[in-house]
This record gives sequence, structure tokens and C-alpha cells, in this order.
Amino acid sequence: MNAHRSIVLAITLAASLSAAAVQTASAQEAEAPPRQHWSFHGPFGLYDPAQLQRGFKIYREVCSTCHSLKLLAFRNLADPGGPGFTEAQAATIASGFQVTDGPNDKGEMFQRPGKLADHFPPPFPNDQAARAAMGGGLPPDMSVLAKARGFEAGFPWFIFDAFTQYQEDGPDYIHAILVGYEDAPARVALPPGSQYNKYFPGHAIAMPKPLTDGQVEYTDGAPATVDQYAKDISAFLMWAAEPKLDERKRLGFQVFVFLIVLTGLLYFTKKKVWHDVHHPEVA
Amino acid sequence: MSANSIYKPQSPVMQWLERRLPIAGLVYSSFIVYPTPRNLNYWWTFGGILAFMLGAQMVTGIVLAMHYTPHVDLAFNSVESIMRDVNYGWLLRYLHANGASFFFVAVYAHIVRGMYYGSYKDPREVLWILGVILFLLMVVTGFMGYVLPWGQMSFWAATVITNLFSAIPWVGDPIVTWLWGGYAVGNPTLNRFYSLHYLLPFVIAGVVVLHVWALHMVGQNNPTGVEPKTEKDTVAFTPYATVKDAFFIGVFCLFLAWFVFYIPNYLGHSDNYIPANPGQTPTHIVPEWYYLPFYAILRAIPNKLLGVIALLASIVLLAFLPWLDTSRVRSANYRPLYRQFLIVFFLAVIGLGYLGSQPPEGGYVIAARILTAYYFVFLLIILPLLGLFETTKPLPNSISEAVLPASGAKV
Repeated sequence: MNAHRSIVLAITLAASLSAAAVQTASAQEAEAPPRQHWSFHGPFGLYDPAQLQRGFKIYREVCSTCHSLKLLAFRNLADPGGPGFTEAQAATIASGFQVTDGPNDKGEMFQRPGKLADHFPPPFPNDQAARAAMGGGLPPDMSVLAKARGFEAGFPWFIFDAFTQYQEDGPDYIHAILVGYEDAPARVALPPGSQYNKYFPGHAIAMPKPLTDGQVEYTDGAPATVDQYAKDISAFLMWAAEPKLDERKRLGFQVFVFLIVLTGLLYFTKKKVWHDVHHPEVA
Repeated sequence: MSANSIYKPQSPVMQWLERRLPIAGLVYSSFIVYPTPRNLNYWWTFGGILAFMLGAQMVTGIVLAMHYTPHVDLAFNSVESIMRDVNYGWLLRYLHANGASFFFVAVYAHIVRGMYYGSYKDPREVLWILGVILFLLMVVTGFMGYVLPWGQMSFWAATVITNLFSAIPWVGDPIVTWLWGGYAVGNPTLNRFYSLHYLLPFVIAGVVVLHVWALHMVGQNNPTGVEPKTEKDTVAFTPYATVKDAFFIGVFCLFLAWFVFYIPNYLGHSDNYIPANPGQTPTHIVPEWYYLPFYAILRAIPNKLLGVIALLASIVLLAFLPWLDTSRVRSANYRPLYRQFLIVFFLAVIGLGYLGSQPPEGGYVIAARILTAYYFVFLLIILPLLGLFETTKPLPNSISEAVLPASGAKV
């Protein structure tokens, strides 16, 4: 018996030793982005419309020069759970963009002001044009960017994240990239046309530092700093990627209340049905 | 099926129907009076949960299929349009994607229960083998479903997994070309995966019918592993098992709802929100979490063909459990050594799952090799030998003796 127990012990020990060897193998990745406070975190966390409006302003004035937002339509700006523009405001914003339409009766494509139903027009007609203008790099479409980026929390943190409902590694990462521009350390040689970024995997990022303090004018008293800009655009991009988050969490709460009541009733029904089986001498 | 299964319809309509198609009698004997052991614990509710999940996946899947476009240029955006423009599309998609994960949570719990309590042993071998076939079908269906959103992980997982067939000597490459319907993963691949992803759940449903049929021939195992002997050992399926299953389906749905509504992308990979790009390989190609242990076994073997064989063997060997396990005692509760080795086996599979998510380098490979070795040593050496040498604990004479207090004693 004891001999067998020690076999089991030896196997467990071997497994844990090899796990320890594993720990040293991969510790040289980019620094993990610090976690920010987001209004949309947690079971009741919703988007802050004022923040989304500021973020949209940054997209429009800065990001949209190079980055498309193809999956979003102007009408989305007036959707519930979004930046909270009125339909009239959204229509005004749309009319500020030129959209390619057609072909018309003469078979020609033409430009016209945007309408609510139009999607955001891309800054370049195609990827090749974007690459040509950007020196080879392709600025990614921003529609689902906040869900397409992230970082590994690693063991055991990823287990805690399931309980704390941490789903904001995307916006945390985007924020970190935007504030992570630094002078390259002396020993680092960057490829031509790239900048040093503390949080970018490999550190050499093709995008030039996009934001500086005071660059975008805020009218609601929010600080005009790179850190605030980075937070606002990250929140906006999270909304762009997950526009139904508010609706999802509201419905989620209702579903939870319903399921808890239903499961509770089923539990007591089960207890009553099984009572005689568990206590046969009473029956 | 069993002696007390006689259904006597009261209404003339049902009497008329019963003489022509005894379907009500079948339901009555299979799901009402069907005797189930009185000592089943909550591990036995996963069968019902799996049936529920299969139904849920079919319902959400059929509606998603009404809005999805299986074309390499349109698939990614059609999924995004489901998320944005279809009423409750986000709910359907998150239910379906997380539902797949929870389908696997339930099937793994179901398999763990079967292995722990020796549910595969005589006379339940066919029942067990049908279960292994169901698991294999689920693996294939889940994999094809993961390809459909046509993100980076979809595309590269499809590439990596279909390429495994190229390891077959001589005919490997032609087979891969045939699977792809072209010389690379492309539109024909996506189309056939979509077609099969829609077909296979119905095949699963068919095998489930056989699985339930076989179950009702031999009856359920129970935590003691001792067959029911008298009526005192069993209770009727309805209301006892029905209400217990319903309660635990409720608990399971709460667990699922936590993921669907609050952390819907927790189990996914962020790279799958990048549209598929054949020209750019992701840094780490990782399958969904439920395949990770098998992925780790595949990568632990340095030779490609042997790796593929080990991957297949790791699942197919399970079908031979009834014969690999030589012990006549079913339940691990009465097999102290088997219990320990089995728990280490389960921990090894979890360990392999973690290693499958890590890059195949350095210590990870060594650890994966040790755990892979244990996986096969357990199935091929420890199991057959244990049955011959293990001293088991005395079994109770009956289920009621094991679970009921001695007469007169008050609980």
C-alpha cells in the first residue's frame, strides 16, 4: 500500500518538477499593459456616453486619417448603449463625410455626403493604396480592434479573471500602446521607419506616436492629456467592437434573476420529491 | 423494456394511437417508470445536461445559419453583422460559441464519471463505445464550427489540423488536397466545413438515440457499482431523476449565463477577431481549450506521423477501456489504488491542457512528454495490471444496504 502511494507521489513530483522547469522558459515577452479602470467593467458596468463622444472625436480628428472603421454605420452613433448622439446629430456627422456611391444612370461612380445608413468611409480605397501611403505598413481596420487585441494574463491569473469578469485586456492594450511610446534604450536598434514602444510585442511599432497633450480639444472639462485621450479612444473602440454590451449586461441581470428563482424552486421541489427516499423510516 | 413498463392508456384516442404506434408507451417505459438506482449522485445529471446542450446548440445554430454566409470574403463580416444588426444576434452567437465550450465541459464531466465509477464494464461496453463515438463526432463538429467565423485562428487551425493527414505515408498529400477541395485551405474548404457542421449534429442526435437505447437495455451504473437487485434499490425516473436533472440543468445554465452575458470572449482567442489572412501566420496557433490536452500530446512527439498516431490513439484507446481494465470491481470507491492512479491521470490531462496552450519549447516540451507518457502508461500498463494485483475493498451486498441506515437507526 505504502509502496504504491510512493509511486503516485513520485509521478506527481516528476510532473510538478517539470512544471517548475517550464516557468523559466518564457519570461521574455513584452511588459504586460497595466489594467485601467473602465466604466464598462463588471456585471453592471456600462459605457459612459460622454467618454464615447470624446473617443469618437479622437477617432474623427486623429485615427480616421489612416484607420478605417468599416463595420460601423453612422446610424450606430445614435443607437442605445452608444455615444448617445441624437439621430439629427448623427445625420449631421454623416453629412460631413464624402461617400462613394453608384453607379448612376451613366454608369459612373460619384461622391455624395454621407447618410445615416452609410458605413464610415475608409481613408484609402484599398489595402494596396494604404500600404503605398504608409511605407508598406497596413493600418488595421478599427471595427473590432478592441476585441482583436489582448494579452495573456498567465497562470494562475487567468483563472481569477473568470471570477472578476475581466474582459478589458483589449482596451487596456490599446491604451498601453498609446501611452507606451518612449525613447529606445541605447542597446536597441530599431528598423527604419519604426518607433520604440514599451508595450508593443517586439517593441518596434510602425505607427508614429499619434497623440500629444492638448492635441484634441475637449469641451466637457476632461483633461486634454495623452493618458485621457488614450482612455477615451480605447473606450470608443471597445464600443465599436462590442456595441451591444449595455443590452447584454441588462439582459444578463434579468436572466440571472430568472434562473436563480427557477433553480431555487427546482431545488426545493427536488428536496420534497426525494424526501421519502432519503428518510424511508418516516414514510 | 422492463417488466413494469406496461402503459394502459385511459382515453380512447390514446388507445387508438397505441394500437397503431406505441409511442406513448415507449415514452412511458423509458422516461416515466424506468427504474434508476436510488443512490445516483449529481455526476449522473450530465447525461441529461448533454441532451439539453445538444438541443440548445441545434436551435441557436439553425437560427445563426439563417444569417451566416459561408464565403471566404463574406464569412467574417456576416458574423459581425449577426453581432450588430440581427435582433439578439449577439445573444445567439455568444450562446452558440460558449455553448460549444459548455457542451465539452459536460462531456468531460460525463467521461470522468464513467471512468471513476467503471461505467464501461460488462454489460455496458457497447454503451461506452457509442459514447466514445459521440465524443469523436463532437470533436469534429466543434472543430468545423470554429473554422466558420473565418478569423485568423479559424483559418490557421483548419490549416494545421487538415495538414495532420499529410503525415499518412504515400497518400497523405493527395488526401489533404481532397479534404481542402483545392491546393490550400480556401473557399471550398469553408463550404464543406459549413455543410458538415450542419449535418453532423443530426448524426450525433442519431447516435444519442442508440446511446440511450443501449443505456435502457442495461440500466444505469451507480456509485457502488453494484447492480440493483430489488425494487428497494431503484426509484422511478419520473419524478425522481427528472426533477434532479432539471435542477442541475438550472445550475449549469447559471454557470453558462455567467460566461455568455459577462465574459463572452473569455474562452475565445483575440486573434479570431482578425479576419483570416493566409499570408500571415499568428505567433502561436492554439486550438480551443477543449482540444488542448490532445494538441499537447500531438506536439509532445517529435515525429509527425507518430504524433498524429498518438493523438488518435489517445481518444480511440478509450473505446477499449472495458478490456484494458481487468478489474471486476466497477467503482473506484472500492478500488483504492485505481482511484489514486485515476486522479493522477485526470490531473495529467489537465496539465496537458495547460501545456497545449503554451509554445512548444524548452521545459514545456519535457513536461508534455512526461504527462503524455503517463497518459499511455496508465491506459496500457497500469490499468491491465491493477486488476490483477489490486486488493479491493469489500462491496456492499446491495445499493440499499450501502445507502440506507441500518433498520431502526435514526438519521
